[in-house]
Amino acid sequence: MIQASAGESRSLLTVEHLTMRFGGLVAIDDLSFSANHREITAIIGPNGAGKTTVFNCLTGFYRPSVGRLMLHATHGPLYLERIEGYRICRAGVARTFQNIRLFPAMTVLENLIIAQHNPLMRASLFTVAGLLGLSRYRNAEQQAVEFACYWLERVNLLAQADWDAGNLPYGAQRRLEIARAMCTRPLLLCLDEPAAGLNPRESAALNALLLSIRDQEGIGILLIEHDMNVVMSISDRIVVLDYGRKIAEGTPQAIRNDPDVIRAYLGEEEDEQLPPEVEEDLQRQDD
Amino acid sequence: MASPTAAASSDFVALLKDAAVAALVALALAVPLVGLHTVDQAGELAIETRFNWVAIAVVGVFCGRLLLRYVLTFRSRREPQSAGAFVRLGAVLQPYVKWLTVAALLVAFVLPFLPFSSRYVIDLATSVLIYVMLGWGLNVVVGLAGLLDLGYVAFYAVGAYSYALFAVHFDLSFWICLPLAGLFAALFGVMLGFPVLRLRGDYLAIVTLGFGEMIRIILLNWYPVTNGPNGISGIPRPSFFGLPFDRTAAAGATSFHEVFGIEYASAHRVIFLYFLILCLALLTNVFTLRIRRLPIGRAWEALREDEIACRSLGVNPTNTKLTAFGIGAMFGGFAGSFFATRQGFISPESFTFIESATILAIVVLGGMGSQIGIVIAALFLILLPELGREFAQFRMLLFGAAMVLIMIWRPGGLLARREPTLRLHGHDPARAPPP
Repeated sequence: MIQASAGESRSLLTVEHLTMRFGGLVAIDDLSFSANHREITAIIGPNGAGKTTVFNCLTGFYRPSVGRLMLHATHGPLYLERIEGYRICRAGVARTFQNIRLFPAMTVLENLIIAQHNPLMRASLFTVAGLLGLSRYRNAEQQAVEFACYWLERVNLLAQADWDAGNLPYGAQRRLEIARAMCTRPLLLCLDEPAAGLNPRESAALNALLLSIRDQEGIGILLIEHDMNVVMSISDRIVVLDYGRKIAEGTPQAIRNDPDVIRAYLGEEEDEQLPPEVEEDLQRQDD
Repeated sequence: MASPTAAASSDFVALLKDAAVAALVALALAVPLVGLHTVDQAGELAIETRFNWVAIAVVGVFCGRLLLRYVLTFRSRREPQSAGAFVRLGAVLQPYVKWLTVAALLVAFVLPFLPFSSRYVIDLATSVLIYVMLGWGLNVVVGLAGLLDLGYVAFYAVGAYSYALFAVHFDLSFWICLPLAGLFAALFGVMLGFPVLRLRGDYLAIVTLGFGEMIRIILLNWYPVTNGPNGISGIPRPSFFGLPFDRTAAAGATSFHEVFGIEYASAHRVIFLYFLILCLALLTNVFTLRIRRLPIGRAWEALREDEIACRSLGVNPTNTKLTAFGIGAMFGGFAGSFFATRQGFISPESFTFIESATILAIVVLGGMGSQIGIVIAALFLILLPELGREFAQFRMLLFGAAMVLIMIWRPGGLLARREPTLRLHGHDPARAPPP
């Protein structure tokens, strides 16, 4: 685990002038923000504001049209926009998906072992040592299993280790996806709506898990979430997007009272009826 | 609620109606197809009618349809969750897979020495084993990595031709040509892999199908090298580590029966070939079972499950796919070189699309990823047409019907359960996954 220097939170990710165009559509327009070690940074905004697009740029699924995505890794800055998709993970960025993407026909434990593919691949000397059954590989696999068990215990899934991942209940699948991302030993964990579809109890457990990851592992968490309870109670900082532009950035307290944010969520004065989910969000904010 | 008898009688009327419709369709089809018959009368074609045949066909369809529907309704009422005999067979077999494997191995090793093993039986068993090996090889690509490959026969052909060319032109021995043929086939596998990296599912199937045909057409037309449709003949037969299986060895060599001091028998070569393919097939199997438990094997399976998640976890999809294609093709190449040495003659005719389809059918029927399932499916698919020879032109029909039935009863293949590559809690029943 990477330990941040004591006390002071260091900058982990700096996004500068990120712009993503799909043909004529500008999904993200000149977005700049930063995220720190030992902090949870939430990205919120109405549907279609470009939140997931930001994640896809950060994790190498899209190549940004313009902009710089700088990850302050241990060995110096890395420019994520220049790194090929599957190498982003090695650079230290892990993610989960809005619609869970586990390997459903493989067991829970296997899911976590695949997350450690690269170190295991090196330990098996690209399969040669593994085929010969050298102890070098057997030890590495044993360590990988132990690390996987550590995370299974953290997300309370140790007893289900041999289940097919697809047979887990929904909430457990969400937790497993977070554990799988953590097994890549990331510096920055990107969570795309981790609380979607969870009941209040599961959601509270998720909050505790995310806070413990932040405090114990000392990594930065980037969070997209619609559930304002989660966002307001665990975020250290919030970035608000609307139509691909940043309209506000600050502490939860500041965001709650920001007139631009309220307008983005509630619409202009002329709007007569609010969509029900917005009304819910509004009520929660007032609580 | 209607009384049971009333319900039953209304059901019966519905059954009759259904059967009548089927009979009508049969009538419409039978009149032109069966009812009219051309005969040669004094050098001219004349039409003869056979309406009695039509009547038989229509009555047969009516009764058959009635019986079928009756049995189906009756059965579904008796046991609503009723699974076909085949499903039960699969479920019953599942716990005994281990013993089944041991038994199959034993039978495979003693088969040539059993009293009923004639040359025909051993030849047939050798053919089955070639397909088992091809099935195990293709299983790496289709079953593990989830890449639908309809052109697997191309690698089989590459293996066979590279073996034949090396052996005929450079006079290299079997044990040198075999790895060379595997290497060449693997090279072709990687070559095919590159252009199809971005394709999945149907699109991948179409491209691989085209690749298979391309290889065959190149073999047909590249006369200077492949001798076109005439094929390559005079491929050296394998020797027992340098001892040929000839009645009289060439000058300066001793043949197998002389060294071992036994009577010459033509069966020696056949038995040797049988054990050769058995060992090659087992090698494929052991390799596959072993590599499944290594990071690369797990990455193949993960790629089959979700490519996007793989990328986010740092698995390189390019390398992973190419190794799957390469290793699958390598085993195809080994099988091809065995085929060449066994036949002594190869031509492009042996490498048509139907071979690819048969190998794929073996993998799919056996249950994707199940090693023993593939053996059962290969036995079934190769032996059935062989045993059905008496049915002459109907044997392919029989074959098709059997495949349709298996797909209805066991859509996931005969033995479709996946064995995890590692377990944390062993077989502790308290922590076993839900059924």
